[in-house]
Amino acid sequence: MYPAQFDYRRAGSVDEALSLLQENEDAKLMAGGHSLIPMMKLRLAQPPVVIDIGRLDELKGISEAGGSVRVGSLTTHADIAASDVLAAHCPVLAEAAGHIGDAQVRNRGTIGGNIAHADPGSDIPPVLVLLGASVHLQSPSGTRSVAAGDFFQDLLMTDVGEDEILTHVDAPALGAGTGAAYLKFEHPASGYAVVGAAAAVTVQGGRCTGAGLVVGGVSATPTTVDVSSLVGTDLSDDAIAAAASGLDAEDPIGDIFASGDYRVHVGKVYGKRALAAARDRA
Amino acid sequence: MTVSIQLEVNGKPVQAAVEPRRLLVHFLREELGLTGANIGCETSLCGACTVLVDGNAVKSCTMLAAQADGASVTTIEGLAQNGELHPLQEGFWEKHGLQCGYCTPGMILSANYLLAQNPSPNDEEIREGLKGNICRCTGYHNIVEAVKYAAERMS
Amino acid sequence: MARVLGTSIKRREDPALITGRGKYTDDLKAEGMAHAAIVRSPYAHARIRGIDTSGAEALPGVLAVLTARDVAAAGIPGVVPVGWLLPDLKTPAHPMIAADTVRHVGDAVAVVVAADRYLARDAAERVAVDYEPLDAVADVVAALEDDAPAVHEEAPGNVAFDWEIGERESVDAAFASAAHTVELDLRNNRLIPHAIEPRAVLASYDSSTGEMTIHMTSQNPHVHRLLMTLASLGMPEHKVRIVAPEVGGGFGSKIHHYADEAIVGLCSMKLDRPVKWTATRTETNLTDAHGRDHSTRCALALDADGRITGLRVDTAAAMGAYLSTFAPAVPTYLYGTLMSGQYDIPAIHCHVTGVFTHTTPVDAYRGAGRPEATYVVERLMHLAGEATGLGPVEVRRRNFVSPDAFPYQTQVALAYDSGNYGPAMDRALEMIGYDDLRSQQASRRDNGGKQIGIGFSSYIEACGLAPSAVVGSLGAQAGQWESADVRVHPTASVTVYTGSSSHGQGHETTFSQIVADRLGIEPEAVEVIHGDTDLVQFGMGTYGSRSAAVGGSAIARSVDKIIEKGKKIAAHLLEASADDLEYEDGNFRVAGSPDRSLGLGDVALQAYLAHNYPDDLEPGLSATSFYDPANFTYPFGTHVCVVEVDTETGSIELLRYAAVDDVGNVINPMIVDGQLHGGLAQGIGQALWENAVYDDSGQLVSGSLMDYAVPKIHNLIPFELDRTTTPCPHNPLGVKGVGEAGAIASPAAVVNAVVDALSPFGISHIDMPLTPEKVWRAVNS
Repeated sequence: MYPAQFDYRRAGSVDEALSLLQENEDAKLMAGGHSLIPMMKLRLAQPPVVIDIGRLDELKGISEAGGSVRVGSLTTHADIAASDVLAAHCPVLAEAAGHIGDAQVRNRGTIGGNIAHADPGSDIPPVLVLLGASVHLQSPSGTRSVAAGDFFQDLLMTDVGEDEILTHVDAPALGAGTGAAYLKFEHPASGYAVVGAAAAVTVQGGRCTGAGLVVGGVSATPTTVDVSSLVGTDLSDDAIAAAASGLDAEDPIGDIFASGDYRVHVGKVYGKRALAAARDRA
Repeated sequence: MTVSIQLEVNGKPVQAAVEPRRLLVHFLREELGLTGANIGCETSLCGACTVLVDGNAVKSCTMLAAQADGASVTTIEGLAQNGELHPLQEGFWEKHGLQCGYCTPGMILSANYLLAQNPSPNDEEIREGLKGNICRCTGYHNIVEAVKYAAERMS
Repeated sequence: MARVLGTSIKRREDPALITGRGKYTDDLKAEGMAHAAIVRSPYAHARIRGIDTSGAEALPGVLAVLTARDVAAAGIPGVVPVGWLLPDLKTPAHPMIAADTVRHVGDAVAVVVAADRYLARDAAERVAVDYEPLDAVADVVAALEDDAPAVHEEAPGNVAFDWEIGERESVDAAFASAAHTVELDLRNNRLIPHAIEPRAVLASYDSSTGEMTIHMTSQNPHVHRLLMTLASLGMPEHKVRIVAPEVGGGFGSKIHHYADEAIVGLCSMKLDRPVKWTATRTETNLTDAHGRDHSTRCALALDADGRITGLRVDTAAAMGAYLSTFAPAVPTYLYGTLMSGQYDIPAIHCHVTGVFTHTTPVDAYRGAGRPEATYVVERLMHLAGEATGLGPVEVRRRNFVSPDAFPYQTQVALAYDSGNYGPAMDRALEMIGYDDLRSQQASRRDNGGKQIGIGFSSYIEACGLAPSAVVGSLGAQAGQWESADVRVHPTASVTVYTGSSSHGQGHETTFSQIVADRLGIEPEAVEVIHGDTDLVQFGMGTYGSRSAAVGGSAIARSVDKIIEKGKKIAAHLLEASADDLEYEDGNFRVAGSPDRSLGLGDVALQAYLAHNYPDDLEPGLSATSFYDPANFTYPFGTHVCVVEVDTETGSIELLRYAAVDDVGNVINPMIVDGQLHGGLAQGIGQALWENAVYDDSGQLVSGSLMDYAVPKIHNLIPFELDRTTTPCPHNPLGVKGVGEAGAIASPAAVVNAVVDALSPFGISHIDMPLTPEKVWRAVNS
């Protein structure tokens, strides 16, 4: 309940944050603090320096341009869930953000902090992987982007380098004829996803022309299911069930609430249901 | 080290030097004597510490006092205006929405935020909107009734 | 004036609580106050080789670091006692601070006092304890195995006690001749109370007077004072004042005397200044006494007509690492004695083994023994309904104790004073629309997909703890009466001093209604004082659904004494005979002479202005009562739960919950309903979500709200309540108690509903909590 001592630095710009990161070994960046502060209260994290980037307006906001949506890393889950831009162009991301934690958590927690923490029970990562989103990082040596599918590396591990700041996420807008859905099997205590299934299908002329399914919670990182068998079908329940049953995880995670085997099973069921919901929205 | 902060709490300006690690809830309770916000867990789940920061419901146990620099904070002590109970306070009293009262300040402030977003929520929206607040006494039945009472009064 | 008994007047407690002005223990400050942090064992079982406190002591702002050595040096008893003895009970010592061995994760090994709570935690991390880890056993069944690690040398085989009630031979005979038998192996899952306010204490010792004031999270300040002074601190009782300010829920967890509060008291004495300690959620979950944790084998014998002929129960009940305050009573006298349920059972035998484990101690938690007993009986009744083909309703009806059989002597000590079980069942069926539900269920079964199930629980509880002679003969070392001092002031307002200490139940409102009703005055004219050992003469406290039935009856007795005294005063003033006086609606009247009367106000004033009283009339208008009930009270009811089970994932959704309870006369219906709601939530929580899980090394794996699921608002539904009213015949108010009913009845109703939904899959039992994975595995096995 009582964090250990640390020095506090507040960055006035991304550049200042980057130089503070360079100057202070083992410093931690803090956006909304909703991943870091809980760890610090339990003294599982004891950074000597915390760099507060929470006021960098340049990293906040949601916009759409050229068939792509951009979400600044400091945008809160509440703002994402309520975004008109996303409602019009990428509602599944808003849907997933609305499932995170609770109202208070969504008011402080940010998309950048969330994905940089990379909890396997988080709602956002499977959606970003599904969408083929790119995560943008900045360091003193420049900027780079990494595909969401490569960004999540392992349990609580991402591609963010020690000298980098996550600036924004770009995701392709959903085109006409595309429906997407995020379904969550919620842990009754933590509120995290035991399993979270993100699915999208594109339908043209009554036939599926594209389909995707990514399941979170089953493995350390989001698991992509090969549902290409759906292309060309009319997305019958049977076809969807068969496709979702392709979910496979070599080393599924398990805890006292849900074993690995069970998570894989629920992943298939929720995958099926998410695909069906996506179909109904296409 | 300490951090200088200036903020507004329940409409009054506050200036302080705080240790960086000091949580907002401890600052409110111990430095300002505003003990309405309570602490029921250490995993940001119980919501007993909920306050409004710039109008948004926030768990003050998961925010550094330093982060509140420049913010406007409302605690349960600041909800009644001119000696008049807020309709939510009335609702909780009228509908027996509390027993031990420990979760109540946080519950009322979360409900306040909910009604600001959605002035006439149905039962399901109330239950979804208050999922970040745990009550161990009431079984929530009368909390839903209390919020509905307040929503009607406020409309 | 209008009757105030039986009306839902709003709670007088609430204005402070809804405005943030209610003061809980951690809200309090004292001049010079320091903060304690307790260093706890990370091991379930270990030898302490040494403790190095120098790192902590070197930190600026640290005032003291105390270990078991300091407890010994203080020359105090230094132990945490058990308050209930059974025959041949093993009572190994529970030191306030572990000296050479720790026996559960969370056992206190040292305490640090510092100027600030953050600093105290910093320093606690710098206390270096050299542990030699030892083998541990956390599971109640594993602890009874031959090669299990011993928790205490004094308790061979980890057996704390071996207890039985009823007749084994007659039960064996019943089974030998039974037409139907059903049997069940079950676990009653271990629960963590989770009062939302963690335990806290502010101890303020003053060496100049030798007095100590302790503000703490207490359900029974006098009991805490007694145990604290007698067994822990060795102080004279009159030098210690314990105050329970606002208390943020208890559910049993704040009954018991714990090491931590005594440790903080010692710190204050040692430093001669106020010291505060507030548990973190992690700490309170590691140290608050847990509930339940039984492993039970049970069986029911029935004749060809579906009448019960015998019940056999064998339970291993975890005690944890030490015997907590009431621990031995819970799985024995509050469990075995309830095994007859609502039924006429001619032969019952219940055997219980109390078992030490390397875990947090187990003690009374909402319902305390009675939920476990109800779960056994009502799960068996569900199976009996299936086995006999009578179904859950008829098998219960056929075995209810008949309404003309009261008082009914059970085979397990209790004598039920009153009851009428059929109408509660009838009403519950009507509320839930039973026949419609069964046809919906049938069509779901035909169509596949999500299945619905209907579960019953017809419960009885023995509450209003407790008739002292009865509990004394059963092994309690203390009676469980309650006291009330009622004082009528010269202006006819009233102050009640009650030993029943409220922590959310609304005693101040309810008790004011009792006085107002009996005295014919407004409730606003009555003040209720509780929770302070300096103000209240003595009190047993609040637990066991006893406040209205025992505490309220004590108040009623005192009011009656005041009326009698008032009659004497009025008789003197009216120059009449006291025998001719009647009291009604706040007036003393001479019978048959309506114009000769005096109001309570006149009599009260004259009671204090007394200057011409005869020798046999004392001034003043107050009365004290120590009310000891003649029997337990026996609330009962039938609850019906309807669930929907997603057989594909095992997820359970609550659809309906209807409860018909008979708690006797009702003082404040709003408060009674609220108590039921809360109890239901906790019982449903036990059935579906809550579980204190230890791993094999004795680590509490579900020690935080990240893993331990207390019911949340979006997982519960509105509750449908109704009542029948069968007044308690032996107390002056006809009330029975309601605090625990919901938690007692609901686990069986929920599990019966799920099992009912899954009966096409051949499922007859799943252990609580019914997590989706367990349900899914059962469906697929």
